[in-house]
Amino acid sequence: MADVELHNIVKTYNKGEVKAVNDVSFSVNEGELFGLIGADGAGKTSIFRILTTLLLPDSGNASVSGFDVIKDYKNIRSSVGYMPGKFSLYQDLSVEENLNFFASVFNTSVKENYDLIKDIYVQIEPFKDRRAGKLSGGMKQKLALCCALIHRPKVLFLDEPTTGVDTVSRKEFWEMLKRLKQQGITILVSTPYMDEATLCERIALIQNGKILSIDTPDEIVKQFPENLFAVKANDMSKLLNDLRKNNEIKTCNAFGEFHHITFQNDNENSHNELIHILQKANHQNIELKHITPSIEDCFIKLMN
Amino acid sequence: MRTLKFLLQKEFKQIFRNKALLPLIFVVPIVQLLILPLAADYEVKNINISIVDHDHSTFSRNLISKITSSGYFRLADYSNSFQSAFNQIESDKSDLILEIPQGFEKNLVRENEQKLFIAVNAINGVKAGLGGAYLNQIITAYNADIRLQWFQSDKFNTAPVITVASSNWFNPFMNYRFFMVPGILVVLVTMVGAYMCALNIVKEKEAGTIEQINVTPIKKYQFILGKLIPFWIIGMFVFSVGLFVVARLVYGIVPVGSLLLLYGYLSIYLIALLGLGLLISTFAETQQQAMSVAFFFIMIFMLMSGLFTSLDGMPQWAYIIAKCSPVTYFIEVVRMVVLKGSGFSDIKNHFVIMIGFAVLLNGLAIWNYKKTS
Repeated sequence: MADVELHNIVKTYNKGEVKAVNDVSFSVNEGELFGLIGADGAGKTSIFRILTTLLLPDSGNASVSGFDVIKDYKNIRSSVGYMPGKFSLYQDLSVEENLNFFASVFNTSVKENYDLIKDIYVQIEPFKDRRAGKLSGGMKQKLALCCALIHRPKVLFLDEPTTGVDTVSRKEFWEMLKRLKQQGITILVSTPYMDEATLCERIALIQNGKILSIDTPDEIVKQFPENLFAVKANDMSKLLNDLRKNNEIKTCNAFGEFHHITFQNDNENSHNELIHILQKANHQNIELKHITPSIEDCFIKLMN
Repeated sequence: MRTLKFLLQKEFKQIFRNKALLPLIFVVPIVQLLILPLAADYEVKNINISIVDHDHSTFSRNLISKITSSGYFRLADYSNSFQSAFNQIESDKSDLILEIPQGFEKNLVRENEQKLFIAVNAINGVKAGLGGAYLNQIITAYNADIRLQWFQSDKFNTAPVITVASSNWFNPFMNYRFFMVPGILVVLVTMVGAYMCALNIVKEKEAGTIEQINVTPIKKYQFILGKLIPFWIIGMFVFSVGLFVVARLVYGIVPVGSLLLLYGYLSIYLIALLGLGLLISTFAETQQQAMSVAFFFIMIFMLMSGLFTSLDGMPQWAYIIAKCSPVTYFIEVVRMVVLKGSGFSDIKNHFVIMIGFAVLLNGLAIWNYKKTS
C-alpha cells in the first residue's frame, strides 16, 4: 500500500512566475526508504512542505497515510514527523527540554517511545542539559531527528538532513535511517548528494520542479543507454578540452580523478583511435577503461 | 488545556533565560518612570533674559531685581543698547529682551503711564510663550505694587474691580508629576506589551520554530494564547510595580479611585494591545520589520494620546487620530481614576470602546494569521 501519494502536484511562486513544482506525481510504499534527489532549487523543499501541510498546492492532490493534505491536515500533523532542512528547535531550551516539549505537544512522553529514539538519544544524552543552540552541527541533527521521532510517526520527512554535516556523521545518519526503517517507519528523505542516492530503496531524480526518473538506484543505473568510459592523463584540463573538441566523443564530464565519456560510435576501433589521437596531442599516461555509471552520470544524462 | 500549560511553561522558561530581554522588561520601565517625569515638566525655568536699561533709575533697578529674583529668569546681559542685546539672542545666549526706555521713572511718576518693550526669541515656542507670560505677570505685579504705594490712602476703589479667586481641584498644588506619572506609566506598559509580543512571535518565524510547531497537533488558538498570556501577565506586573513602587514611594501618588476598576480596565487594555502586537507579527517576517512597525505606532501613541498635549487643543484631524488610539483612552482612565477617583459610571464608555479595540485588533490579527499560513 502506498503511504505517500502525489498526483499532478503544481506549486508556483510569485503569482505563477516561478514554477517550483511542476506536475509531480509519485508514491512511496509503506515502510520504504525513498529518496528525493536533486540540486538546490529543484523543488524538493516545496514538495516536503506540501506533504507536511505547511504549503497548499496550486493544483493536484496528495495524501499521507491515507489522509488528504488539504482536508485532513489535522490528522497528518499528528501522525508524521518532519525535520526541516534548517535547524528549527528552540535554541534557548536544553536538549532534554526540547525533547520533553515536543513529546508533550504530541500528547505522549519521552518514556513511552524511548525504545525508538534510544540508539540516537544515547549519543546526545551526555549533553542533555546543554542548550540546543550550543550543540555542534551533528548533535543538532541527532536532536532534531529525536524530536521528529518522539511521537512514533508513521511517516518521517527529512528535508536535506545531511547538508552541511561531515562525512562520518553523514554515514552514521544513514545507518540510523536504516534501523528506523526496520521499525516500519516510512521515510522520505531529500538530498542534493548523489552518492547518498544508492542508500535509498527507491529514488526520484528531480530537476526544475519536474521528476526525471523514479526507480530503484540499480534500475536507474541499468537504464543508462550507452557504455561509459573513464579517461585519465597527466594534464587533466587539457585532456578535457581536447575531448570536448573531438567529434567522436558524444558527452564528456569531469568526475574527480577521471573524465567520463561516451562515444558517438561505440566500438573497439573508436577506442583505439581516441588513444591514438590523444597520444598525438602529447598526452602522457593515458588510461581508458569501461565503467558502470553512477547515479550522478544518470542524472547528468537525464538533465540534458 | 494540557498543551497550553506546556506552551506557557516553555514561554516563561525562554523569557527568563533571555539575559538581554529580562532587564528590558523589568528594569528599563522603572528607570524610565524615574527619569521621564522629571524631564517632561512644563514649568520653564532658567529663561535667559537680556535687559536693555536706558533709564538707570531706582524704579528700573527695582523692576530688574523683581524679575531676577522670581526664579524663572537668569540675567544674561545688562546693557544700554538694544543691538548688543539682540546679538545675545542671535548667538542663542538669551531668550528674551526687555527694553526699559529712557525716562522710565520720570514718566511713570509724572504722567502716570509708561511703556516697556519685550522681544521674545520664538524658536522654542513653549519657552517663548511661557517666558513672555511670566515676564508680563511680574511687570503687572510690579505695577500693582507701585499703585499700592501711591494710592495707599484710597480706601474705596473708584473703579469697580472683579477679583478672581481660583482653587485647583484634584491636584491642589498643580503638581505636574501627579499628572504626568500615570500617563507615562501607561506608555511604558504599552511599549512592553506591544514590542515584546510582536517580537516574540516574529522570533519564532525567524528561527523557523513556527514551522516545527505547525507540524504538530498544536492548535492555532493554543499557540496564540500561549503567546498572549505571558505578556499579559508581564504587563500587569510592570504596571503594578510602576503604580505601587515608583508612583507611590517616589512621587507619593496614591490612587484616589478604586484599584479594582483600574485593574479591570488594564486587563482589557492589555488584551487590545497584545492584539496589536499579534497583528504586527502577522505582517512582519523579521524582528527588524516588526520593530520598525511597532516603533511607528508607539511614536504616534506617545505624541498623540494626550500625554504631553491636551486633546482639546489639537486640530480636528489630529483629534480624530488621537481618538483612534487605545492609549488615549487608557491615559484618560488612569488619570481619572488615580487623580479624580472616578467610578465605573464615569468610565463606562471607555470600557465599551476598549472592548471594541480588543475585539477588533485580535480579530484582525487572527484573520490575517489564518490568511497567511
